[in-house]
Amino acid sequence: MNGFRAILVRDLRLALRQGMDSIMVVVFFVIAVVLFPLGVGPEPNILARMAPGVIWVAALLSVLLSLDRLFQADFEDGSLELMALGPAPLEIVVLAKVLAHWLVTGLPLIIAAPVLAVLMNMPADGFALLILALLLGTPALNLIGALGAGLILGARRGGVLLALLILPLFIPVLIFGVGAIEAAIGGFPARAPLLLLGALLAGALALCPWGTASGLRQALE
Amino acid sequence: MNRFEAEALDCRRGGRQVFKGLSFALSSGDALILTGPNGSGKSSLLRILAGLLPAAGGGLRWNDRPLAEDPDAHRGRLCYLGHLDAVKPALSVAENLAFWAGAGSGGANAGANAGSREAIGRALETVALTHLIDLPARFLSAGQKRRVNLARLALGPTDLWLLDEPATALDVETTGRLVETIDSHRLAGGMVVLSTHADLGLGTARNLDLGDYQAGTAAGAAGTAAA
Repeated sequence: MNGFRAILVRDLRLALRQGMDSIMVVVFFVIAVVLFPLGVGPEPNILARMAPGVIWVAALLSVLLSLDRLFQADFEDGSLELMALGPAPLEIVVLAKVLAHWLVTGLPLIIAAPVLAVLMNMPADGFALLILALLLGTPALNLIGALGAGLILGARRGGVLLALLILPLFIPVLIFGVGAIEAAIGGFPARAPLLLLGALLAGALALCPWGTASGLRQALE
Repeated sequence: MNRFEAEALDCRRGGRQVFKGLSFALSSGDALILTGPNGSGKSSLLRILAGLLPAAGGGLRWNDRPLAEDPDAHRGRLCYLGHLDAVKPALSVAENLAFWAGAGSGGANAGANAGSREAIGRALETVALTHLIDLPARFLSAGQKRRVNLARLALGPTDLWLLDEPATALDVETTGRLVETIDSHRLAGGMVVLSTHADLGLGTARNLDLGDYQAGTAAGAAGTAAA
């Protein structure tokens, strides 16, 4: 547990001092959503209809954008092999790094999302569910994405490969994330899609650290 | 009294046989110096001993128990120093060391307050860098980064030190200090395996020329002839 805390604190500190990654991700998210009213025109009904899907797809792409650096810097400067030999198992190292990454890139997305929902003229009934669905969904996206980031470590042109590997795995999160918001807007119970999102998160939490850790071990050989 | 044995280790990298049939045995207080031409597998051997790289053949034993049985315990008893420095430029020297005390190689026995300022100050004293404790690491020179890394050895007690060319970029005085640190580690019953190209002047250390274990290369043939 000591190792977990040390890695979490260090990654948060690095993110705060270097700052750019976090800001870049949230700015990308905002710009990607803002492009839609400009592209399809300011028709309020069309925008309201599209809002949940657009926000989720933009969130998905923002997460993807930030992921290829997740292990890269530590891999290049040798920190990763020291952590692999440290007291904490590599699975715990992965969990700590993903949690730190979610705190600096995932949370700002969730804070920005309601503002963008207003911009997209999304009905107010969906706001609470939007935040709840993103709270359950973005950690799952980060965990799944870490799996891809671990696998492409050391490969050239890793970023494109990462998108090809990971985007298909993001689809269930997208479907149930949008489903929860649309159910709330339509006045239906959103319990089922939320439970499924929770299940996806629990599954990713249980499986992804193991897969990621074996990817990292492969890269360290 | 600990015993660390390697038996008939084979190493293969990218389809090429790097070395073959390498054996040695170390007990507490021993030092093994790896020499050999570039690419003869010194770093690979150290990575195999650390458990980062699986050997293509052969086995390792600690006190007559195969390492494969308990890789976690092995991680806890070694401190590995690779040729990469792993120093984060955005963190200060003290923050870098505190992180390693909590989560890096050699941190297992570091204890709860190894990340404290006093403990880090003591570790930096062994490499004569105490005055730079709060300097952001991006201002360190290559040799100073190396010294920050060497300070890791003093963070917590470990039985086995694996040092990959520890004297690279070090000045004469710090190299002398390193030799003293290694000597006192051996007196306290620790083991050291290190690779080097320069003669560090370690007393009673054994030499292992990896050139002798290479299969089918000109350098290997020459090494065998010389032996």
